[in-house]
Amino acid sequence: MNLKTTFSVAAVVAASCAAGGAQATELEVTHWWTSGGEAAAAAELAKAFNATGNTWVDGAIAGSGGVARPIIVSRIIGGDPMGATQLNHGRQAEELIEAGLLQDLTEVAEAEGWADFVNPTSLLDSCTLDGKIYCVPVNIHSWEWMWLSHQAFEDAGVDVPADWNEFVAAAPALQEAGKVPLAMGGQGWQQNGAFGVLTYAIGGVDLWSQINADKDAEAAAGPEMGKIFEAAAAARELAKDSNVQDWNQATNLVITGQAGAQIMGDWAQGEFQVAGQVAGEDYTCLPGLGLNEIISTGGDAFYFPKLDDPAKTEAQLKLASTMISKQVQVAFNLKKGSLPVRGDIDLSAANDCMKKGLEILAAGGIVPTGDNVLTADTTGQMEDLQTEFWSDLSMTAEEAQARYADIISDAD
Amino acid sequence: MNHQITHKGAQGRRPFRPLRNLNAKIAAIPMILTAMVVFVGGTIWTVVYSFTNSRLLPREQFVGLKQYERLWGTSRWQVSIENLLIFGVCSLVLSLVIGFVLAALLDQKIRFEDTFRTIFLYPFAMSFIVTGLVWQWILNPRLGVQNVVRDLGWDSFVFDPLNNADIAIYGILIAAIWQGTGFIMCLMLAGLRGIDEDIWKAARVDGIPAWKTYIFIVIPMMRPVFITTLVIIAAGIVKVYDLVVAQTSGGPGIASEVPAKYVYEKMFQSQNLAQGFAASTMMLLAVLIVLIPWAYLEFGGRRRD
Repeated sequence: MNLKTTFSVAAVVAASCAAGGAQATELEVTHWWTSGGEAAAAAELAKAFNATGNTWVDGAIAGSGGVARPIIVSRIIGGDPMGATQLNHGRQAEELIEAGLLQDLTEVAEAEGWADFVNPTSLLDSCTLDGKIYCVPVNIHSWEWMWLSHQAFEDAGVDVPADWNEFVAAAPALQEAGKVPLAMGGQGWQQNGAFGVLTYAIGGVDLWSQINADKDAEAAAGPEMGKIFEAAAAARELAKDSNVQDWNQATNLVITGQAGAQIMGDWAQGEFQVAGQVAGEDYTCLPGLGLNEIISTGGDAFYFPKLDDPAKTEAQLKLASTMISKQVQVAFNLKKGSLPVRGDIDLSAANDCMKKGLEILAAGGIVPTGDNVLTADTTGQMEDLQTEFWSDLSMTAEEAQARYADIISDAD
Repeated sequence: MNHQITHKGAQGRRPFRPLRNLNAKIAAIPMILTAMVVFVGGTIWTVVYSFTNSRLLPREQFVGLKQYERLWGTSRWQVSIENLLIFGVCSLVLSLVIGFVLAALLDQKIRFEDTFRTIFLYPFAMSFIVTGLVWQWILNPRLGVQNVVRDLGWDSFVFDPLNNADIAIYGILIAAIWQGTGFIMCLMLAGLRGIDEDIWKAARVDGIPAWKTYIFIVIPMMRPVFITTLVIIAAGIVKVYDLVVAQTSGGPGIASEVPAKYVYEKMFQSQNLAQGFAASTMMLLAVLIVLIPWAYLEFGGRRRD
C-alpha cells in the first residue's frame, strides 16, 4: 500500500515536471457529485487533470442535478461560463449548442479516434449535433435495477425473489413482518424513474420506444400501457409506508433491512459499498427487474463552454482527452460504481453487480434513456404526474394513464 | 361664481414648466430609467414572451394562448392556486388578528415590554429557509411535537401535518405565522402609540369599554397602518416560495405546491421559459386585480371630495 502510494506520488511529480514547460492553467469544473462515493470519483478526475500540469478548480454544487443544472445553465447563458461542466447528455444542452455557447470537440475526438472505442456508440451520438461532437461521455449509468435486502426477506421467512412478479408475491409476507415492501423516496424524479423501469421490464423495449421516442399517444393510452399503470398502482400500495424523501434515505431502508427492495439506478450501489455490504451476500441486484435484462445508457458527460482565453481552450481540450483516457476511465468508474464508456478496458476489480452490467453491455442489451429522447419540459410534466399519482392513493390508474397520454401527445 | 370656477380650474391644472427644479429632475433620471427599463420593460417583455414557445432560450415564435391553455389544464397549477388562496386568506386574517392582539396587550403599559417585543420580533430576523427547516423538524413526527407528546404518555397522539396531503399547506401556514406575526405586531404597536392619549381619556370619561374603544375608535383611526400592513402581508403571500421548498418541497406529491415554485421550476428545471412566463403573468394579473380597485378607491376617491 505504502509503496503504491509513493509510486503514484512519484508518477504525479514526474508528470508535472514533464509538463512543467507549459503554463499551469486553472479550469473551474462544476458538477454535482457530492455524496461520498461520487466525491471520491470526482477527485480521481481532478488528480489526473492536475497531473497534466493544469489545475482543476473544484466547483461542486450541492444538491442534485435538479438544483445544479439551472445554476450551470444560467451561468453559461449569463456570460460567466466555467471551464467545464457536468451535464447529462441528451437534449438538455441542445439549445446551448445551437446558440453557439459550447466548445466543439470534434478535432480532439477525431485525432484520438473516440468513435472507435466508445461503447455503446449511442453515447457519442448523444454528444453529437450536426456531425460535430460537443461533449465527453465519462460513464454509463442505468436506471433499470432493483435492489433487494437479504435480511428483510430472511426476517419475513421467504426466499429472495428473482424477479418482479416473485417480489409482488412475496410482498404480503414482508408486510406481515413489519417491513415496507418497496422503498420509494417521495420525489418526482424517483417515481418517474421507477415508472420508466416498470415500462421497460413489463411492457418491453418496443413499447417504451413507441411512446417515448416516437411519441405515439395512442400506444400511451392503449391496453399494454394500461397494464403498466396497474402494476404501478400496485407498486404504489407497496411503497406507501416509505415516508422518506431522498433516494439515499430510501436505499438506507433497504440496507438496514427495514424495506424489502428499491427500484433505483446503479448509483445506489455506492451506498451499499459505503455501508460495507457485499453484492450477492447482503443484497441482490436485478437488472430490468429480473424480467427483461436490459440497461439504459444514460450517464454523465462533460461539456466545455466557449472561452476567450486560448490557453484555457487548450486546457479544456486536454481535460477532455484526460477524461476519456484508459487509466482515468478505470479509476473513476470503480469509485463511482458506474460502467466505463470504453469497450477496450479491463475492469476485473468490478463487483458482482457491475459485472452483471458489463455482461449486459457486452451482449448488447442496451436501450436509450429518457434524457435522450424527451425534452426537459416533457420530463418535468411526467415527474409532476408521477409524483401526484404515487402520493395520492385516490388517483386511479386510468386517470393517470389518460393524463400520461395527454403529455405524450403534446410532446415534441 | 364665474370667478370661483376659473379659480378652481387653475388650481386643477398645474402650470407646465419643464425646466423648473432642473437639478432634481436630472437626479431622478437614473431611478426613472431603472423603473422603466427594469420593472416596466421587464414586465412587458415577460408578458410578450409568454405567448411564444420559448424553451431554454427566448425565441419569437408566437403560439397564441397555448401556454395559458396548458397552464390552466395542469393539475399542479390548479393545486398551487388553491393552496395560495388557502394560505393567503388564513395568513392574512391570522397575522392581522394575532399581530393586533399582541400589540394591544403590549400596549397596556406592562412591565418588560421591551423584552417581550424582542422575543416576538425575533423570528422575523430569521430567513424563510431557516424558519422552514426549524419547523420541518418541529413538525417531524419522529423528532418534534408528536414525539414529545407521545413520550409524555399519550401514545395515540398524531400531529403530522407535513406528511398528510390534506393539511400540508397548514403546516407551512404555521411556520409563516410564527415568522411574520412579530413584525405585524411591531407595526400595529407603532400605530397604537400614534393614537392620542386624550382619545382614550375621552372614551373612558364617556364610559365606553376598552374593546369597544379599540374596535370603533382606535382601529378606524389606524387605517394607514392597516393599509401598509396589508400590502406587506399580501406581497409576502404572493411570493411565498422558500418556506415551501425548505419544509416540504411541494410534497407530499404536489399537495403543497405554490405558484412561485411552479414559475421557477418551469423556467429553470423544465427549461420551458414560456410556460414559466405564462404562470408569472397570471400571478401579476392576480396582483393587479387586487391592486387596481384598491388604488382606485384610495387615490381616485380622495380627489373627488
